[in-house]
Amino acid sequence: MNIPVRETRSAQKFSFVDGDIHPAFRAPSDLYPFLPARWRDHLLTFGEHLRQGLSGQLAYPRMMASGMRADAFPEQGPPGSDLEMMRKQHLDANGVEYGMLVALSRGGMEERNLDFAAALSQAVNDWQIEAWVKPEPRLRAGIVVPQEDAAFAASEIERRAPDRRFVQAIFSPRASDPVGHRRYWSIYEAAERHNLPVGLHSAGFSGGHPSTGSGWPTYYMQEHYAFSTAMQSVVTSMIFEGVFERFPKLKIVLIEGGFSWAPALGWRMDKHWERMRAETPHVKRPPSEYLRQNFWFTTQPIEEPQKPAHLADIIGWLGWDRLIFSSDYPHWDFDHPRHAFKFALTDKQKAMVFRDNAKAVYGLQ
Amino acid sequence: MKLPLQGAIDCDIHPTPPGVTELLPYLGEYWRDQFVNRHIDKLGFNLTSYPPNSPLSARPDWRANSGQPGGALELIRAKALDPFGTRFAICNVLHGAIALFNEDMAAALCSAVNDYVAKELLDREPRLRASVLVPAHNPELAVAEIERVASDRRFVQVLLLVMGDMLLARRINWPIFATAEKHGLAVGIHAGSTYRWAPTPSGWPSHRIEDYVAQSAAFESQLVGFLAEGVFQKFPKLRLVLIESGFTWLPSLLWRTNKEWRGVRAEVPWIDRPPAEIVHEHVRFTLQPVDAPKDDPAALARTLEHIGSDRVLLFSTDYPHWQFDGENALPDGLPERTIRRLLVENALETYPRLRDGADSSDNTGRAEEQVP
Repeated sequence: MNIPVRETRSAQKFSFVDGDIHPAFRAPSDLYPFLPARWRDHLLTFGEHLRQGLSGQLAYPRMMASGMRADAFPEQGPPGSDLEMMRKQHLDANGVEYGMLVALSRGGMEERNLDFAAALSQAVNDWQIEAWVKPEPRLRAGIVVPQEDAAFAASEIERRAPDRRFVQAIFSPRASDPVGHRRYWSIYEAAERHNLPVGLHSAGFSGGHPSTGSGWPTYYMQEHYAFSTAMQSVVTSMIFEGVFERFPKLKIVLIEGGFSWAPALGWRMDKHWERMRAETPHVKRPPSEYLRQNFWFTTQPIEEPQKPAHLADIIGWLGWDRLIFSSDYPHWDFDHPRHAFKFALTDKQKAMVFRDNAKAVYGLQ
Repeated sequence: MKLPLQGAIDCDIHPTPPGVTELLPYLGEYWRDQFVNRHIDKLGFNLTSYPPNSPLSARPDWRANSGQPGGALELIRAKALDPFGTRFAICNVLHGAIALFNEDMAAALCSAVNDYVAKELLDREPRLRASVLVPAHNPELAVAEIERVASDRRFVQVLLLVMGDMLLARRINWPIFATAEKHGLAVGIHAGSTYRWAPTPSGWPSHRIEDYVAQSAAFESQLVGFLAEGVFQKFPKLRLVLIESGFTWLPSLLWRTNKEWRGVRAEVPWIDRPPAEIVHEHVRFTLQPVDAPKDDPAALARTLEHIGSDRVLLFSTDYPHWQFDGENALPDGLPERTIRRLLVENALETYPRLRDGADSSDNTGRAEEQVP
């Protein structure tokens, strides 16, 4: 299925910004040094309290090795937990200039007990710096915040923002309410004030709502597909709630939600907004304008049309300046920077997708 | 643009759902008593998805003098059938009965609606065809209703709502598909929700426009469900029609599911070929709304190339919903070959019952192309 890609002259020097790398704990105890004793005891006694029926596992079992690259298991611990291996297998091997850490586990985004969520958030943020960014300066941290306690989330952003090793705030696109709701606005206010993008990474259960408007699907195939429909609801909610009229400089990065749906969603929003304008007079411009101004999209898992050039149409409609390459290392559906695109990019397009867009959004030098 | 020929088949029009009072003659004694004694006959049964005064629910010139959406028969003739030279129009009567929790009451009302439609619409206007309204939240009752009306061949499909109790493709609903397939009825899924669940994976949006935009994601979820559950492998003759779904989102779905299938096929081993091929064979989409940029017809043409088949679109006006103006029921940018197929031929392929007597009533002059 992988078509050999023509190596370019500069292949040896090729370097890129990776918009989605997942660090993991070697063992749950990795987090303990960063948690107050009270919450360490709580974690050990009660565990996380999530909105799902199975504890400590995903209700849609993954297809391969817990959703990991089979070749990414270190001698001890899960994939993504061994910095040396990450360097050897990905950062050095593939030429990562900067890698955006997205810490999915234990950051409090899904925790129902909000005090516990706050403690987890601070612990995971400390852990990212100590375990990853300090020893490996190519990596950048994301301020993981529990969106359901927006006041705390905003304060955590305030507290971390001066530390430039944090380049974005991160929470779940599947919150308890659509993320454009006003209850989350203090997060956007803090992020905009500090010129920090908000990264929303596909997630399964956070807010407890089923992944479709008709309830829970049966198979992982469907749950995986729903990452893209969930991202559509993020876009729709933020635009029609008027988030970008209130916070015009806010930058939203949609991580691992696909992007080929975006132009059609823009067309659909525009068409029906025209009819229904009276309902949302606070939306001043055609919705697709906000889509092309305030949103960025990471590329993995990149859509693969039978005719690869069709994807170029999509990116043309969306804007080449909207895409940030991502690998999703060490997950099973990893995209390789040299093989993800099945059609030839111009040098300019390549520079944008693999470097310049990310550097501009995240303020990287 | 306007239709280039007479005799198009309009696969989605909306007669006004009858009020309970109008349905009383079609109900048995028990339910008549219940509805009258409990004043249920005074209730509106409007679905939340289509508030009558909303701009989307009716074009200004497609409203009755009362201001209500123009779904009475004489208006349908004058506004929906005559101006477009329509040969057949399929009535999708979105009665709120399907949102009731009481399954027996829902079933009784669905039966009454179907009988009303046969007598008040189909008997009086030979150009009309209809979908069978069923209580989808009880598959046993839904099957019974399909069986009850199936001998009336003017009913050409089973009508389901895109957001309901559960994803439609789940195995518990397969008797509905078996029955539809057996009788040569398509299965049609229409926009709208019974609001059993929040319309988005992150909860309840504030605005109606958000709910409406979210319909397309709901259709995606249903379609991926039909693929993943293996419905078309189990029912190889089944035709699924997505009605008022939009279709410009389809390329993204085809690409994503094709790629996902390569990664997850061990989980769903019954999917025996790329999902896009299955969609091309089994799934159809009504034309309106056309969610495409109005100032860039080339984008729509490219999107159709991305879809990769000119057999998947079925002409619809979505009357009286406000999706286009004047008689310009066709968007600019459609290739001529696609127009020809979507106006007539695709519908005849999708709805075998529309082919009844096709030879005698055909006025398109292309009868030889109509049966694949």
